Amino acid sequence: MSYVPNTAAEQQAMLQAVGVETIEELLSPVPADVRLKRPLALPAALAEPDIKRVMGALAERNADLDHFPSFLGAGSYDHITPSVVPHLVKRSEFYTSYTPYQPEISQGMLQAIYEFQTMVCQLTGMDVANASLYDGSTAVVEAAMLAIGTGTGDILVSRALDPQYRATLRTYAWVRGFNLIEVDLENGATSVAALEAALTPQTKAVIIQHPNFFGALEDVRAVEQLAHKAGAIYVVAFTEPAALALLEAPGEFGADIVVGEGQCLGSPLGYGGPALGIFASRNEYLRRLPGRLVGKTVDDRGQTGYVLTLQTREQHIRRERATSNICTNQALLALAATVYLAALGKTGFRELGEQCLRRAHFAQEHICSVNGFTPLFSRPFFDEFAVTCPLPVEHLNAGLRARGIIGGYDLSRDYPELTNAALFCVTETRTRDDIDALVAALEEIVSDDA
Amino acid sequence: MSTEKLIFEKGAPGRRTATLPALDIPEKSVETLVPAEFLRSEPAPLPEVSEIELVRHFTHLSQRNFGVDTGFYPLGSCTMKYNPKVNEDMAALPGFARLHPLTDDSMAQGALQVLYELEGYLAEISGMRRVTLQPAAGAHGEITGLMIIKAYHEHRGEHERTIVLIPDGAHGTNPASASLAGYTTVELQSDARGGVDLHHLEQVLAAHEGKIAALMMTNPNTLGVFDENIVEIARRVHDAGGQLYYDGANANAIMGITRPGDMGFDVVHFNLHKTCSTPHGGGGPGAGPVGVAPHLLPFLPGPLPAKGDDGYFWEDAGPLSIGRVRANCGNFLVLVRAYTYIRVNGPDGLRHVSESAVLNANYVVRALQDAYDLPYDRTCMHEFVFSANRQKRHDVHALDIAKRLLDFGVHPPTIYFPLIVAEAMMIEPTETETKETLDEFIDIMRQIAREAQEQPELILEAPHVTVVGRLDQTLAARKPDLRWQPDPVATAT
Repeated sequence: MSYVPNTAAEQQAMLQAVGVETIEELLSPVPADVRLKRPLALPAALAEPDIKRVMGALAERNADLDHFPSFLGAGSYDHITPSVVPHLVKRSEFYTSYTPYQPEISQGMLQAIYEFQTMVCQLTGMDVANASLYDGSTAVVEAAMLAIGTGTGDILVSRALDPQYRATLRTYAWVRGFNLIEVDLENGATSVAALEAALTPQTKAVIIQHPNFFGALEDVRAVEQLAHKAGAIYVVAFTEPAALALLEAPGEFGADIVVGEGQCLGSPLGYGGPALGIFASRNEYLRRLPGRLVGKTVDDRGQTGYVLTLQTREQHIRRERATSNICTNQALLALAATVYLAALGKTGFRELGEQCLRRAHFAQEHICSVNGFTPLFSRPFFDEFAVTCPLPVEHLNAGLRARGIIGGYDLSRDYPELTNAALFCVTETRTRDDIDALVAALEEIVSDDA
Repeated sequence: MSTEKLIFEKGAPGRRTATLPALDIPEKSVETLVPAEFLRSEPAPLPEVSEIELVRHFTHLSQRNFGVDTGFYPLGSCTMKYNPKVNEDMAALPGFARLHPLTDDSMAQGALQVLYELEGYLAEISGMRRVTLQPAAGAHGEITGLMIIKAYHEHRGEHERTIVLIPDGAHGTNPASASLAGYTTVELQSDARGGVDLHHLEQVLAAHEGKIAALMMTNPNTLGVFDENIVEIARRVHDAGGQLYYDGANANAIMGITRPGDMGFDVVHFNLHKTCSTPHGGGGPGAGPVGVAPHLLPFLPGPLPAKGDDGYFWEDAGPLSIGRVRANCGNFLVLVRAYTYIRVNGPDGLRHVSESAVLNANYVVRALQDAYDLPYDRTCMHEFVFSANRQKRHDVHALDIAKRLLDFGVHPPTIYFPLIVAEAMMIEPTETETKETLDEFIDIMRQIAREAQEQPELILEAPHVTVVGRLDQTLAARKPDLRWQPDPVATAT
């Protein structure tokens, strides 16, 4: 099954119209010495009912969050998705369209992206937002590269930025030739003293995450003062956009660029992708923004319409002098986020933030009532928190797995000094029963071990 | 209605759509949990709309959008083929869609198996040894591939290799990616037949001896022409110490027919949202896996899916790896769709895909070449490039022809690209179109060619039937309006 509609007889008629006998003749420009002289070594074709059976069986071998209560966050967050979101995103006029280069027949996607850009500005307190980037990690990379520009310099990054984001930054720092300097931590947040000591005239940007990888709230104003005093761009990253429902918008505390991950705004976790890179900034960086931008304009009949704009920043016009090489982005996830945020709306989104906060604090209190579990840090947090455990996290998590529960993240994987430390995440999707079951299981595992 | 209000201009205070789970824990006040200094004073000013308003709004927007499901989409170099519905259903299975990326390997065996096997399939299709699935899109694949090449040269101590050669017909992402990777680009001229000019290649290689890092090219190239000198090009680039990079944007022409690895390429990126039928989503997400030849294996990003006695697992990359190019394993649900597509097609099906794509393109070009200029008149592969030079004599440009096509419910071709053809119209029918659709398109294009001679104003004023007419791009760029703002007067009252 190739989804090729034309029959062999029709193809034969088409070949005749072209003036050749066989398809082979059309392939004559491909020299014999590079031709593949055997069939591709791939499994034989499957009919639709058969592929469904194969894929169904593969999917069954994964612990999906509908069947396994999970306390895993660490960069990817499980939130409810109202039914309207997938129904509208699956309108195939949206998902089977290309990048809206022909605005007259792409007003739907263009307007949705304009609404997305507006909502991102509303959440972040920034002046402008782009139409999306690949994911949170590459959005951070783009922020660093905007700050570096065509020159070089230092980028200071907090060690409380998601470890995968820092790893991605390291790759790009090497290839792009800028210095990436990690700023140490104190009580689970960026050390203000360490930051002050690391700032130099070569510092082009300071990047922190808020709430940070440990779920903790950063001392955002102290960092702002230091960054700006040194003349650096202040970049605030987020991996949990639900925090923006409750926390002061980064624009209010002086961020210049806000970047982050927006996947959980209406799109599935999908084992990590596709994700939704968000990029917003103050007006002064507008002409240096990476990626696509949608703007409002008028047509030749005087009607309002939307177009891709400021394209002279982009690769298809500027080629080697483009602000970024991005072409394909994550438009469909931006659409999902727009529908999602409108579905929750002003009061619903606020309530979402409140529920995450309350459930996470309830869970923290109960987990830390188990013998040997204590909060690792004393900083305020949103829906994720680090806990010192009486046993190695790997051991605890194996016990939880045996009970059908997905435990917290083992922090020693990225922070060798944090042994026996787990990062638990609790969103609005975790019920009291889930939390009680987790606490009971932890008690059992600890007492079994004793 | 020819305009649709913004979502912010709809609804009323107090309306909402989504409900949240009942709160089954004590309701502590927010301020007791987080110090007030961290909190918003006001909720974010998101819309307040009921479910029916929300559904109608986005349904109306969808009706103002054109997709492959709406009609013919011969957008050159974008491979806008049909997106099979079964792919969507497979990607929506909870076992894939509701899987956390940091799930323990033992509880993600099905996902790991999909990735492990997909890597193998893509390696076989491209003739590469291994493939990283991390890159999120073609351009992301390009920068990843160039990083691998850079790490390879650096490992060999050849730091002076700073030049990437790029043919003048290349996609804009090629020079942008090369520049991002810290390379200087040098443009290679095309010859009269549309391929790389071997004489110019020789000159450039000689002029930059010891400095060539790579040559990036597509084959078939952006003219839809297969460069029959590819083996010779590969030999010369390799002799000069460079690596050969394959931009897979045009891979829909070659599956099962020839493989980049057999042509001499060292690095290949795929665009699964083109070749493997995953939907383009109005601009994304895509997926841009990168395959490499054996000598580049140590430099691949990690981790990579592996298979051991206890099942599948993530294996860390070695010390020479370039590192991560993004968080998590890639655009997984796009990869699930591509996996489904490859398994539904099988080896014969994929070859049939490419052969049919080539046939459809040749069928259209031969039927229209008396009506439009064809600067490179050769047997094409999956796409071809007309020039509107003949129509330009009547002041009708490629842009105008594109706009006129909108009146017939056809998505226009890619225009003004490649840059080496004046008034370019790049047409890629794809294999999933019926003969009737192609015949209809041929008739429409012939009609437009006649109109250009007889009633050019009809074309110049097009489109006539779309919800909006030609939009003022200059105004949009001169006075950027990139977000809605509440009307200050209305807010005050």
